[in-house]
Amino acid sequence: MIRYDQEIYQTELNESVLDCLLRHGIVPPHSCRSGLCQTCMMRAVKGKPTEVSQQGLKEALVSQNFFLPCACVPQEDMEIVLPDTRLFRKETYVIGKTLLSANVLRLRLAIPDNYQYLAGQYTTLFKNQSLGRCYSLASVPGVDDFLEFHIKLLPGGQISQWLHHEVATGSSITISEAVGNCIYLDRYQQRPMALIGTGTGLAPLTGIMRDALHKGHQGEIRIYHGVKTRHDLYLHETLVQLAQTHGNVRYFPCVSREPVTSPFYEGRASELAMNDIGKFAGWCVYLCGNPDMVNTTKRNAFLAGASFQDICADPFIHSQ
Amino acid sequence: MSKSLYEKIGGDAAVNAAVDIFYRKVLADKRISQFFEGVDMDRQAAKQKAFLTYAFGGPNKYSGKDMRDGHAHLVKRGLNDSHFDAVMENLGATLQELNVPGDLIAQAAAIAESVRNDVLGR
Repeated sequence: MIRYDQEIYQTELNESVLDCLLRHGIVPPHSCRSGLCQTCMMRAVKGKPTEVSQQGLKEALVSQNFFLPCACVPQEDMEIVLPDTRLFRKETYVIGKTLLSANVLRLRLAIPDNYQYLAGQYTTLFKNQSLGRCYSLASVPGVDDFLEFHIKLLPGGQISQWLHHEVATGSSITISEAVGNCIYLDRYQQRPMALIGTGTGLAPLTGIMRDALHKGHQGEIRIYHGVKTRHDLYLHETLVQLAQTHGNVRYFPCVSREPVTSPFYEGRASELAMNDIGKFAGWCVYLCGNPDMVNTTKRNAFLAGASFQDICADPFIHSQ
Repeated sequence: MSKSLYEKIGGDAAVNAAVDIFYRKVLADKRISQFFEGVDMDRQAAKQKAFLTYAFGGPNKYSGKDMRDGHAHLVKRGLNDSHFDAVMENLGATLQELNVPGDLIAQAAAIAESVRNDVLGR
């Protein structure tokens, strides 16, 4: 039995989840029907997907019960959702607001009861029932007793203006389930890691880095923060300090639109990282922020030897 | 019963090893890289894997129609035999790099070659 979109469907003997839906006139996106192209990927929220149906998926997806319905003959009852579905919303409240730079706000929320997330994931912050925007979590579960977000003030940005100017400590806010695959994997422990972010792309990257350190990461970690002017380096002191306390962490503050001298680097973070690291074979690469930077660097890091499995990318797409 | 080509090459593990190498060659190949500009790399890597599985004689239900539909927009942009040749070359080089014996490379190449007309919409 499969539950999907509030309906229940009975599978026949040896029938895949996808075939069962198609037979009932439900046509989710799909293509190869052989467990290869990943077009039909869904997430199981109840019941375990078969091993075969998770073959070839990135580990971060496997661990969150994503699977390929075309390759899954269910062995037990399953409830399934499309990959970008958020299961629930929860109400919480603001416990702190601090301005980190002229236009970046650090927002801290109380953790709602039973709220689970992974460092590096994102959630939607809702102003009301219908108006919400995605923000990455900068906090680390099991380490921080709050949820932290870095909110850049955008001209005409309905949610960022509201969070910066109207919301106060104690204000209630609704958030969605946290989703996203830009997360730390335990098997990376000995591997070198490159974290490259522009603007508030730094938020998930610091979360991932602190999560890695908390889990005893041994390999070297290089974190590159790319911004326009020196004043946009909104976590400079914190990261300098972090690099001082952890021998395997190096922090590269990169400024692209004004001349700077040491310890700052002049130029784009992604270009510095590419030149600096050179050959990416064996590296785990995390990319967050400007979509052009993320997509270009994803390609370049792959061409420079990074394995596709080990590149996590989260392009930030802004809307007003 | 004798082993299939897919089993001889090394099955799913071999495909996984080949995907990165093959896709890297394709993206870096100036003759064909234009067709990969702006596409979602995760989706594309999954498709490369599907193609390699097919070429290795593995389980894959792609039909001629899928091949036609999937490449029609590229044919409009000028996809032709020279580009297909380039992909074949990259496939051969990938398998050589993985030390696959020559006779198996020839078999995989023959399977890949069989979709040429569908891919090019003829």
